[in-house]
Amino acid sequence: MGKQALGNDPFAAGATVRIRHLMPPGHVRAPAYIRGKRGTVERVIAPFKNPEQLAYGLPATEQMLYRIRFSATELWGDLAENPRDFIEAEVYAHWIEPQDHSHAT
Amino acid sequence: MNKKTNGHRWHDMGGQDAGSVPQDQHDFSLWEKRVDALMILASAKGYFTVDGLRRSLEDMGEDAFESMSYYERWIASINQNLIESGAYTLEELGAKMAQVQTRGETYGEASLG
Amino acid sequence: MPHDHHDHLSPAGHPYRADDDTPLSYWQTMEIAVRELLVEKNVTTPEEISAQIDKMDARSPAIGSAVVARAWVDPEFKQRLLKDGSAASLEMGFDVGPMHLIAVENTEDTHNIVVCTLCSCYPRNLLGLPPDWYKSRAYRSRTVKEPRKVLSEFGVTLGENVAVRVHDSTADMRYVVVPVRPQNTEGLSEAELASLVTRDSMIGTGVARDPSA
Repeated sequence: MGKQALGNDPFAAGATVRIRHLMPPGHVRAPAYIRGKRGTVERVIAPFKNPEQLAYGLPATEQMLYRIRFSATELWGDLAENPRDFIEAEVYAHWIEPQDHSHAT
Repeated sequence: MNKKTNGHRWHDMGGQDAGSVPQDQHDFSLWEKRVDALMILASAKGYFTVDGLRRSLEDMGEDAFESMSYYERWIASINQNLIESGAYTLEELGAKMAQVQTRGETYGEASLG
Repeated sequence: MPHDHHDHLSPAGHPYRADDDTPLSYWQTMEIAVRELLVEKNVTTPEEISAQIDKMDARSPAIGSAVVARAWVDPEFKQRLLKDGSAASLEMGFDVGPMHLIAVENTEDTHNIVVCTLCSCYPRNLLGLPPDWYKSRAYRSRTVKEPRKVLSEFGVTLGENVAVRVHDSTADMRYVVVPVRPQNTEGLSEAELASLVTRDSMIGTGVARDPSA
């Protein structure tokens, strides 16, 4: 783990990212309200075993875990209580795509 | 009639509308503390993960969330995970539960201390 | 099962809800059966279960309050706490075990609040068991979308120029909020300061108590 220069790693602290808009059934930890939304990497945490595998008693591979920051307006639009407010969630690497490579949903 | 879904699961509550936050607090009873202890010990000993516990709670569905207490759902989930990991069989569990029920009408009588 | 000393008071002195005279439910029957099967199969022992109950009883908001009070009086400790919450707690003799703790600080312009929208993840090894409201549908649903309305239900009003920072505890981290130190507390001891730090202020649904109030 560790931060890399912003130009080399799309998922370094400060990078703009988008959460993938997938809707699989089953035990996933990316809440629906952030899927398809844009945020910034607040910090790179560390690799952790994928809960989507642990939940089913399967051998689990490690995924880098990130904290992603979303503005309230990005998530809720006009319903946001205050444009200064923001929400941070922990998201595993396979749920994140670089902002540049996403298509709008 | 089929109920349509877009895949948004019931337990994924962030951003949904809901009423005011209930402020009542219940005292923990002994059986609830035991459920908590069993969860910590059995997961620490490798019989299941907290992820398996959560998955089982989610799969119980929304009706369970509405009709069962927190620790009732937890013991159901702990048991589900223990069955899946082979800690004991359904037959053993069924026989033991039947035997427990013969001990008396109350938790105090049935739990032998 | 040997005599269980938990039948009246927990070691921390909290009365258990008397359930000895309530009708035995299916789920209580399951708890007894599961526990006895696990003992019979040598997965655990009655002593180990009792010890685990005691261990959990010993975890309470007082631990978090002591850590916050230390952060208030010792700026370098606060920096270490904000960098690595688990290590800083351990410095004070509080072993939060395998829990990964992130401490976040309230300031003049930011108020932190913690929620687990997907279930009820909570820093239990620092603060003890979570309150029922934390696990409720209403708290889990509304806190990420209308934190200020939720805060007003808890009696907390924030200025328009204060940003709310909501932490959704979705994975392996657990969170504790360092509330703002109340005014006019310079003369207080660390223990006195700790008594001002409420559990709710460490979740973000409250603020530290004002000693003059």
